[in-house]
Amino acid sequence: MKIIIIGSIVFFIVLSSFQVRQKPTLKASMERGEKVYTGTCLACHQADGLGVQRMNPPLVKTKWVQGDKKALAGIVLSGLKGGEIVIDGDDFHNPMPPQAGLLTDQQIADVLTYVRNSFGNKASAVTPADVKAARSAAAPVPAAKSPAKKSVNRKPVKKAPVNH
Amino acid sequence: MYTVRRLFIILSCTFFITCTACAGDTTVVARNNPADIVITLPKGFVSVKTVTDLGRARHLAVAANGDVFVKLDKLKNGKGIYRLHDANGDGKADAVDGFGNFTGTGIAIKNGYLYASTNSEVFRYKMDEKTGKVNEASLQKIVTGLWNRHEHEAKAITLDDAGNLYVVIGAPSNCCQVQDRVKGSPSMDPCPILDSAGGIWQFKADKLNQSYGEGVRYATGLRNVVGLSWNTTVNELYAMQHGRDQLFQFFPELFDQKAGADNPAEEMFGLKKGADCGWPYCYYDNDKKEKLLNPEYGGDRSKAGRCEEKTKSIVQFPGHLAPNALLFYTGSAFPARYKNGAFIAFHGSWNRAPEPQAGYFVVFVPFKDGMPSDKWEVFADGFAGANINRATYRPCGLAQSPDGSLYVSDDNNGTVWKISYTGK
Repeated sequence: MKIIIIGSIVFFIVLSSFQVRQKPTLKASMERGEKVYTGTCLACHQADGLGVQRMNPPLVKTKWVQGDKKALAGIVLSGLKGGEIVIDGDDFHNPMPPQAGLLTDQQIADVLTYVRNSFGNKASAVTPADVKAARSAAAPVPAAKSPAKKSVNRKPVKKAPVNH
Repeated sequence: MYTVRRLFIILSCTFFITCTACAGDTTVVARNNPADIVITLPKGFVSVKTVTDLGRARHLAVAANGDVFVKLDKLKNGKGIYRLHDANGDGKADAVDGFGNFTGTGIAIKNGYLYASTNSEVFRYKMDEKTGKVNEASLQKIVTGLWNRHEHEAKAITLDDAGNLYVVIGAPSNCCQVQDRVKGSPSMDPCPILDSAGGIWQFKADKLNQSYGEGVRYATGLRNVVGLSWNTTVNELYAMQHGRDQLFQFFPELFDQKAGADNPAEEMFGLKKGADCGWPYCYYDNDKKEKLLNPEYGGDRSKAGRCEEKTKSIVQFPGHLAPNALLFYTGSAFPARYKNGAFIAFHGSWNRAPEPQAGYFVVFVPFKDGMPSDKWEVFADGFAGANINRATYRPCGLAQSPDGSLYVSDDNNGTVWKISYTGK
């Protein structure tokens, strides 16, 4: 009995310390990811992640985003020609520019963690190691030099109103 | 407790998005209730919904008996063209029947034939314009083998009175970069795309299986056109160009966020044979009010260079509004100032983000002798609903009925409106 109680207390402490350590990491990754999203992804996928009809696919509740991390990272790294993504019988015509030479593994991990946990999505975080693995499997393009070159003249972004 | 409360707030905020998109790989866009939206019109005009829920209703054509033909970009019950028949004249379709198993955008009626396009071909059926009856077995392929490379793939069509068919072949490209839409990728000069796309091709309206070899490149330097019309009062072709995207994203040192949303202009061109409107080398700057060199080709928002020799547009609109239909009004039911003027249906923008989106309306431009005689004005509005960033209706097609009313289609829900003038 004593052992069980002590065991549970130890387990609880370990668990909560794990959570304490994990939470700020995830939060920081989400915050950095939102910045990458705003600068790189928002123009096409829109502030609400719902994309543009027949042009730029939605990132909300789709297997392409919430499914295999390596495949998702591969899309971001290598881009798409347009037409490959089919959701609900619709394809999407705009090409997706490859980001392999523009974003670091950390930036891609952050933005994918952000996208997989925003707009109503819920999926595991993506780590730089995941992106590195996808990079070696996908295209032989070296990572962008960290930190990525900042573009000038960017104004803070107002979030689009959510349609209730 | 704080965490729980915060969680609750986050959950309630995301509830609407989440609950509309729960099934499998299905993304349902959170949107306004279409039934609640009533479009706004100038005083004296009324609208009635002819049909709803046709899905991707693109362009429209009306037969002499008043039947409306709708081209769908996605099959509905296996059919790609729908005929709307209003038996009692109240504007609402009493019979709706489909035929044709191909999707696309373009549709037109000329000399007893119904023409309809896919994204690479043009077909025609024999029809009786007096009854609206289409002979489905008479299907012929008029044009084939046109570029269909995902981007700007819709093939808008129109016909003149001399037996010619005009087909838009949009450029599968934003600005002819080596790597399309990749920041920093160089643009090609000369742009090789212009040999096969980025213009309007002329074919014979009655010759089978024509392709590039039989066609004539009637006008070039047009990135993408969906609104296309033969103006019968001056016997000339008119087109609405969709201007290039991503000026802010690619050239923030020249275009801030707002300038990137407002530029370049969406332009109307009057086109004579051989016209070159300048894409990909040129764009129209709405702030400078000039046709200038694109930054990819050495432009700095003041140099015009080779653009000085290109065909100039006759009307300019704010950036990215996506003009998807053009119609010259020849009826007499509307007040006299509308006669021979241009109606333009704007599909609405996406590349204005993070600025608010815009468009989603039908505009009118008064015309005299084939040229605009006054500023453009919004004619029909309110299609977007409460959230301009998630429009409920997206205007895409226009057609004029024999009684002088105007039809407008939407390709988000598949609604068609009939707009009439009552004077009240």
